[in-house]
Amino acid sequence: MSEPITSKRGNFAARSLDLEAGRVDMNHGGGGRAMAQLVAELFQAEFNNPFLAQGNDAALLPSAAGQLVMTTDAYVVSPLFFPGGDIGSLAVHGTINDIAMVGARPLYLSAAFVIEEGLPLADLARIVASMARASREAGVPVVTGDTKVVERGKADGLFITTTGVGTVPEGIIFSGDRIRSGDAILLSGSIGDHGVAIMSAREGLSFNAPIESDSAALHDLVTAMIAAVPEIRCLRDPTRGGLAATLNELATQSELGFVIEETAIPINPVVRGACEILGLDPLGIANEGKLIAFCPPEHAAMLLSVMQAHPLGRDAAIIGTAGQDPRNFVRLRTSLGTERVVDWLFGSQLPRIC
Amino acid sequence: MNLIEQFRDGGLAHALCDAIAAACRPDRDYRLMEVCGGHTHVIARYSLEDLLPPQVRLVHGPGCPVCVLPAGRIDLAIGLALDRGVILCTYGDMMRVPGSHRATLTRARAAGADIRMVLSTLDALRIAHENPAREVVFLGIGFETTAPATAVALKVARSEALANFSVLNNHLLTAPALRAVLGEGDETTLDGLIAPGHVSTIIGTRLYDEFAERGQGVYVAGFEPLDLLEAVLLLIRQINDRAPRVDNGYSRALTAEGNPRALAAMAETMPERRGFEWRGLGILADSATQIGEDFAAFDAERRFDLCYEPVPDPKSCICADIVRGARRPEACKLFGTVCTPDDPIGPCMVSSEGACAAQWRFGRHRLAPTAGAVAA
Ligand code: SF4
Repeated sequence: MSEPITSKRGNFAARSLDLEAGRVDMNHGGGGRAMAQLVAELFQAEFNNPFLAQGNDAALLPSAAGQLVMTTDAYVVSPLFFPGGDIGSLAVHGTINDIAMVGARPLYLSAAFVIEEGLPLADLARIVASMARASREAGVPVVTGDTKVVERGKADGLFITTTGVGTVPEGIIFSGDRIRSGDAILLSGSIGDHGVAIMSAREGLSFNAPIESDSAALHDLVTAMIAAVPEIRCLRDPTRGGLAATLNELATQSELGFVIEETAIPINPVVRGACEILGLDPLGIANEGKLIAFCPPEHAAMLLSVMQAHPLGRDAAIIGTAGQDPRNFVRLRTSLGTERVVDWLFGSQLPRIC
Repeated sequence: MNLIEQFRDGGLAHALCDAIAAACRPDRDYRLMEVCGGHTHVIARYSLEDLLPPQVRLVHGPGCPVCVLPAGRIDLAIGLALDRGVILCTYGDMMRVPGSHRATLTRARAAGADIRMVLSTLDALRIAHENPAREVVFLGIGFETTAPATAVALKVARSEALANFSVLNNHLLTAPALRAVLGEGDETTLDGLIAPGHVSTIIGTRLYDEFAERGQGVYVAGFEPLDLLEAVLLLIRQINDRAPRVDNGYSRALTAEGNPRALAAMAETMPERRGFEWRGLGILADSATQIGEDFAAFDAERRFDLCYEPVPDPKSCICADIVRGARRPEACKLFGTVCTPDDPIGPCMVSSEGACAAQWRFGRHRLAPTAGAVAA
């Protein structure tokens, strides 16, 4: 991480970290030996790459051609571990996806950890290992970082802030205001899995079949999509607020309206059932491994087949069309053939009482 | 096709709608009230009214417990959490309901109150066990669907002699509310009632007999769009045949007597309250429950010596008419302009099951573009 450390382990502690029974304490954030040890034995060891190994206050990186893209996101999730992932892999996937959604290739990540005093070192180690694995699998290294420890009660276990840098070739501009009337709306797979997985882990609910988060890095899928259909107008990942919020945002940005087909939207039956029981609308539930694409209608079939050929777009579907609408409504054609508005959610979705 | 999709099958729906259209007599109207907010929500979410012939009018009823809880009761809960330092446990959809001066539990929590959302009363009991040094109050709300769980919590708390647990009871009773809405004994303009399946499995169907005797057919329906269309069809047939009765379209579990164990638990712990104020409906006799003498130690109203203060409904809000089915949300001056689900003024805009919220969220494409220009 960015705090300079000496290369010889023996210089900062007699014993190595107790990753089984130890806990993070205030010393681990104090800038002294304990912190250097945590950084070296956990973060450096897991993320292990030449940029991080430079051990300076900032990583020196080769520059790349194209326009620079940068994004940052803070990850706070309770519980830290959930079916299908944890806060660490989520922090890697989420930031990579934000970069991918503008058509860019993600190159580097940074990560800042705000750790609550008392967090078991074993949990931290598991999260860092998962984060390192996600970054290795995505081919996007964590090149610099920071660790802070705050007193018990001042953080919910662990917060991670991840910043990502990438490049996008000249000429690729994906943006909501490029959407045109008549464009097809494509969705890369089933919605609601992440939000329901988190909720079931948080509330201790169990369903007939386990629901796993869809957390995944989408840049590879995006690369395939752009290669086949460079005419794509806009990509967006429907994270917080779900499909409903993302489509409403884009309708406003494009000054158009959208009509989507209820029967075309892929939803895992277990997620659908859970939503029924809890009184939640799957359209408003968070996703962490899905994207929405807009493209001219003549390219929609091609884009769909490319998406379906990729493991992360296997269940992709064309879910609707953009059209003129002075009020920028998102409308849903229901399975009964009627039409209704798909609204933003107000506040957060809360399970209903009866 | 899974079960849920079957209940939403477009072909079946259209067949039902054709049958409804064929059953409707051209010379008359059919005014049917869906009692429950859950039904209101499904009707709006599937725009079912668009499928019905113009003679059929669905009228929204008083059956959303969030909508009908008066602001003064919310104030009591906020006061407990904010000024008395209790851990207040509540179901999620209470969090945004405005008390007086638009205070909400969400805002109280931001101001430092310890308010925790729970999915069941057992969670509240667990929190009480985990925090022996703190007072834990469960905000009990809902009709007979949720009341049995509160009753069980009271019984458990007493058997365990749990010293730091109490219930702020706001449980409501279905039948008195219906009587009030339909105007006791009065001539009424409603032709039929769509009664909610889940409450009915607890209270049974016998309670509805009086409405059938007074000329309103009753159909107990489930919560899928096809259930509701079926309810409309069968009610229209009842009306045409001039044979009002109570029909069961919900499940085989539904009996005339209801669920005796749940009812017994309620009767043991929570007898009727003489008068209880409802939002929009005023004080209704015998329309709610209170915690019985044997459980007085677990009654937050007694334990904290609470005194209920009625708060006037917001000016210009016509919720009172809306929960009685007398007017539609669009008739309210504030609908969609000042009053939206993001910043609700009246109770009907609060819960997603309230008539105003349902109409705003799902149906505003049908309204003139000027309505709710603010949020469009
Ligand atoms: S729109 Fe708002 S203020 Fe008007 S009746 Fe409905 S809830 Fe009350």
